[in-house]
Amino acid sequence: MRQTLSVLVENQFGVLARVAGLFSGRGFNIESLSVAETLDPSLSIMTIVTEGDQQILEQITKQLNKLIPVIKVVEMADKPHVERELVLVKVAAKPENRAEILRMVEIFRGKVIDVSPKNYTIEITGDENKIRAFLELLKPMGIKEVARTGRVAMTRG
Amino acid sequence: MTNAQGDEKINPLFTTRVTGMKRYTGSRILLESLKREGVEVIFGYPGGAILPLVEELGNWDFKFILVRHEQAAVHAADGYARASGRVGVCLVTSGPGATNTVTGIATACMDSIPLVILTGQVPVHLIGNDAFQEADIVGITRPCTKHNYLVTDVKDLARIIREAFYIASSGRPGPVLVDLPKNVLTGTAEFRYPERVEIRGYKPTLDGHLPQIRRAANLIVKAKRPVIYAGGGVISSGAAEELRELAEFLQIPVTTTLMGLGAFPGTHPLSLGMLGMHGTYRANMAVSECDLLIAIGARFDDRVTGKVKEFSPHSKKIHIDIDPTSIMKNVRVDIPIVGDCKRVLRRLVQVLRDDKVDFQEYRKGLLPWHEQIAQWKRRHRLAYGKGNRIKPQFVVEKLYELTKGKAIITTEVGQNQMWAAQYYKFEAPRTFLTSGGLGTMGYGFPAAIGAQVAFPERLVIDIAGDGSIQMNIQELATAVQHKLPVKVAILNNGYLGMVRQWQELFHGKKYLLTRLGEWNPDFVKLAEAYGAVGLRATHPDEVEAVIKEALRIPQPVLMDFWVDEEENVYPMVPAGEPITKMLLV
Repeated sequence: MRQTLSVLVENQFGVLARVAGLFSGRGFNIESLSVAETLDPSLSIMTIVTEGDQQILEQITKQLNKLIPVIKVVEMADKPHVERELVLVKVAAKPENRAEILRMVEIFRGKVIDVSPKNYTIEITGDENKIRAFLELLKPMGIKEVARTGRVAMTRG
Repeated sequence: MTNAQGDEKINPLFTTRVTGMKRYTGSRILLESLKREGVEVIFGYPGGAILPLVEELGNWDFKFILVRHEQAAVHAADGYARASGRVGVCLVTSGPGATNTVTGIATACMDSIPLVILTGQVPVHLIGNDAFQEADIVGITRPCTKHNYLVTDVKDLARIIREAFYIASSGRPGPVLVDLPKNVLTGTAEFRYPERVEIRGYKPTLDGHLPQIRRAANLIVKAKRPVIYAGGGVISSGAAEELRELAEFLQIPVTTTLMGLGAFPGTHPLSLGMLGMHGTYRANMAVSECDLLIAIGARFDDRVTGKVKEFSPHSKKIHIDIDPTSIMKNVRVDIPIVGDCKRVLRRLVQVLRDDKVDFQEYRKGLLPWHEQIAQWKRRHRLAYGKGNRIKPQFVVEKLYELTKGKAIITTEVGQNQMWAAQYYKFEAPRTFLTSGGLGTMGYGFPAAIGAQVAFPERLVIDIAGDGSIQMNIQELATAVQHKLPVKVAILNNGYLGMVRQWQELFHGKKYLLTRLGEWNPDFVKLAEAYGAVGLRATHPDEVEAVIKEALRIPQPVLMDFWVDEEENVYPMVPAGEPITKMLLV
């Protein structure tokens, strides 16, 4: 099972190390992790995508809650929520592909943010499925580089 | 608050009146804070990075127990904490001083023992520079502390010390490390000790959820074959009385874990003794055949459950624990109750007493179950053979008899630990101090020193093996220096006995790396070299005289019992087997 955890933590040095150490020390999986300050500069939000059976996911949430600087853990999979990830893709822009790439960028509502004689750099955001589909379609054109932010998530309503 | 000089102006250089508040050095702030936490004893070892603090200590009346190795400082603080229920404090220097504490900290963390470990650190501007005696001790101990701090500004020091003590001693207790850069100790700040602790992310749940407690009561009154399985949490929450009340009220038999020994009187008719790998036959059978298992402050450790899939297969399970991560970690339970054992048990007993059930009738209904347990007891009791050699179990039995079960017993790890657990009947909490979770050889002797510091008038005995005593034997000097009359009973079989036992049973009797006998020191002479007393028994007839003599001498005594080399600990459940698969004598 997949779970996206939104973890509200104290914005202090060492907190990321505590969370990362918890996952590695107990053999839990991190698929992606993103951290940033919230509006309140004393707090950060970590979005962690993880995987495991029911019992492991329950342990992960409990173990996170046990860390002193962790204030709140929200299990997103249990609630209506939205997830997004931002991806930068550098793709080979051969003359015969250039129009096709631009069309795809348009369909997926991405943006070309850098153009060079040989490459396009594309910015795209979306949930997991959209990103996967987009990258699959670009693959035959020759993807040179991908940089991903990891997912962030928020409950609906 | 007073200091040795009786005034508040301790160093005029650092005392200003600009804001009307006193400016103190970090060293003084630290000690002022320790005083406010009621600290009386510090275990430790000096070094460069903490010299300003050591100097400041001269102005105070803390009892400082100078150990001979920093690992022992932590074990001693741990023994002090386990025996007294207070927070143990130790102070060491940076770098190797700090890294030497790691085993002690991990030991305390696994067993949920409240400690505050103060480590020196190089000045803030040198951190990360690979400076002399620098170690990232906060990074190193992150996974083996309940929490830890690096103080980077002397202004935060008082608050951090306050939080450290609060975190160490509340909820599920544990060790908290505070790393103190040298310039934080020498820098100055206004001193105000916070009255309250406010940590957003730390609010332990103490009172159990009442509807859950009611559900638990409902299961209990329906049970025909209930067993209570009590662990160290009963001791740390001070719930022994409540546990006894519950057990006696309903006549429910009680088995305890290694960590739970003393939580329920070992001689009580309802006591089943310890369960698990070296548990009693009746305890393991009862847990396996019960229809209701009430786990209280225990964590279903693998040494308790054996093959976890076949653990207590017919029972409904209630689990009371203050740590939510302990619940559903290894074993699925029907009624989880997160809360402090003492409070939850009180509530539970109250709910039960208010119940309309005819408890006379209920207790009568348990008679067949008690009869079954009695049968198991008749079928197999703890036992050992007799002969010309001293049996280690006999030594423990004699210790029990001659101390009338009143001593504080610490142990090392291995066979000595299991025989102590099996043959000394613990009547009261905080009288059996052992490294249960981490299984740290070298724990028992310094822990005994710590317990003796907490209770100078009580009898404290470390039951040791010839292997593990050598892991912290240097603490003989500490015991002699501080006039701590701890006793050590070495069950000397010339082997790393438990490892040898596993080699005998599971590794084709290939006794590799476990023979020590020929190279052991002469423990009697060794004790004497340190200024302690050494005694030896080589024949069963001498055991009693040696123990009596040791108890008479008001000094540290090391007793060297030459025991049967090939004696094993039984019953034994091979690792990974269900706990009904016991190897018996």
